[in-house]
Amino acid sequence: MALSNELIKQKLIAKFEEQVSCFSDSYDMLTFEAPKEMNLKVLSFLFDDETLKFRFLTALCAVHYPESSGGELAVVYHLHSLSENVRIRFKVFTDIKKPDVYSATGLFSTANWMERETYDFYGVNFIGHPNLIRILNVEEMDYFPMRKEFPLEDQSRIDKDDEMFGR
Amino acid sequence: MTEQAHIKLQKGSIEKTTTTLNLGPTHPATHGVFQNILELDGERIVSATQTVGYIHRAFEKIAERRPLYQITPLTDRLNYCSSPLNNMGWHITCEKLLGIQTPKRVDYLRVIIMELSRISDHLICNSIVGVDTGAYTGFLYVMQYRELIYEIYEEICGSRLTTNMGRIGGFERNFNDVAFQKLEKFLKEYPAVLKEFINLFERNRIFMERTQGTGGIDADRALNYGFTGPNLRAAGIDYDVRVHTPYSSYQDFQFNIPTGTTGDNYDRWQVRNAEMWESLNIIEQAYRKVQEFKGTDADVFHANVSEYYLPEKKDVYTKMESLIWHFKIVMGEINMPVGEVYQSVEGANGELGFYLISDGGRTPYRLHFRRPCFIYYQAYDELVRGSMLSDAIVTLSSLNLIAGEMDA
Repeated sequence: MALSNELIKQKLIAKFEEQVSCFSDSYDMLTFEAPKEMNLKVLSFLFDDETLKFRFLTALCAVHYPESSGGELAVVYHLHSLSENVRIRFKVFTDIKKPDVYSATGLFSTANWMERETYDFYGVNFIGHPNLIRILNVEEMDYFPMRKEFPLEDQSRIDKDDEMFGR
Repeated sequence: MTEQAHIKLQKGSIEKTTTTLNLGPTHPATHGVFQNILELDGERIVSATQTVGYIHRAFEKIAERRPLYQITPLTDRLNYCSSPLNNMGWHITCEKLLGIQTPKRVDYLRVIIMELSRISDHLICNSIVGVDTGAYTGFLYVMQYRELIYEIYEEICGSRLTTNMGRIGGFERNFNDVAFQKLEKFLKEYPAVLKEFINLFERNRIFMERTQGTGGIDADRALNYGFTGPNLRAAGIDYDVRVHTPYSSYQDFQFNIPTGTTGDNYDRWQVRNAEMWESLNIIEQAYRKVQEFKGTDADVFHANVSEYYLPEKKDVYTKMESLIWHFKIVMGEINMPVGEVYQSVEGANGELGFYLISDGGRTPYRLHFRRPCFIYYQAYDELVRGSMLSDAIVTLSSLNLIAGEMDA
């Protein structure tokens, strides 16, 4: 394998300088961040570069970090360069009050449903998406259920009087 | 048509020239709960709009409140035609996060189980393609061998469909003699059955006419759509997670990656059949390797990680240490290390990925499943546009869409 994580990192820094940051190797996978306005530029650089060729979008999902104000929602791209067989993880953070991120559907057709799913559960507004509507939940739903402000029931709660199940 | 021409429409109204057909959500041809709204011009499909989510159960949300060992039964219900594969994939993900090295014997036993479930999944898919083209016999004929695979599961974990098999670090108990006997029976009898099954269809004129040249996709589009597994390989790309990022000691095995050329229904069917032969081959190799373990090595069925491996129940009742660990694991006194990990396995439908974020607590902070079905179903519109309605049905079944996996 010719393409090492270090080499990818250097190429990214050479292209985007200090705009790409927070490089780390978590369990052998290169992880880095960029400002959310840059996401398409970074993705298309990774897609087009002749030595990198990250042309397979493995997964796209969001994560909610309620504590980090100004960047509560993270959109995580898992990319795979099939020719070099290297995977990387790329994150952008966005404010939950204005969760606008550019859509990657122009580069990857597969991003269509992945982004719809992310919108459905986290409310990330993908700008430029051809059909950004809910996919797994009902259309009438007016909240984004995977956000952390909707906790699942605490299994150890004692205030509930349930004769049948006696919790 | 001439009579219709006399109907006076109101000014500004649009005359509808196509027929709308709701295929699903409970149509017998969909083999699962999902809907397709087809616009038909005669018998030709103008467009297809997919609706999914009818059996969405919020597994990703539920998993945020579950300790690792309680997430295994959730993964069962993703692709329920090959649940052990999902179970093993989940355990391997946890082991990667926790830094657990599994013994070789565990890896080989896992390989046997994973390949058996791949066979059972492909068997269902391919025989259903037969049913949808009008050949019921093959389906009923191979069913008894799926039954035999389920009996092997039963010997190992006690259940058949949603198996909840194995634990973090290995298996809940060693494989018993009956399990190995049944495996031997399967290895002995199945090749002849598979050969006969293939003979039923492979050069069958009706089957070939129905499947060749329908539902095809070229390699570039398939990659762009995120296809993986047999559907991608049928389009000619030899991407297989077992080879590209080996897990569970797959690097110790010799096998081929079958590929197709056109990515149509016939190629998908052929690739799945060829994969069943490869799986049989892998199982034989793995079984031989398992038999090489003698003496105390032959009793190894889990890694020695008491912090995470739920001890056997009889030990919990008789041994102090097991009782303590059981209590600690069940009452949640054991925290996971902080980290983010992505691990994928070659599921029956493609790359089944688990993206697990741990903040150091007892439960995942975030768990995302990369479900291959969900990802490639979005290409359905492109696959069937312009084809006949009956081809759309065959395409639906040859993609092997499992509603449980799609909706998570």
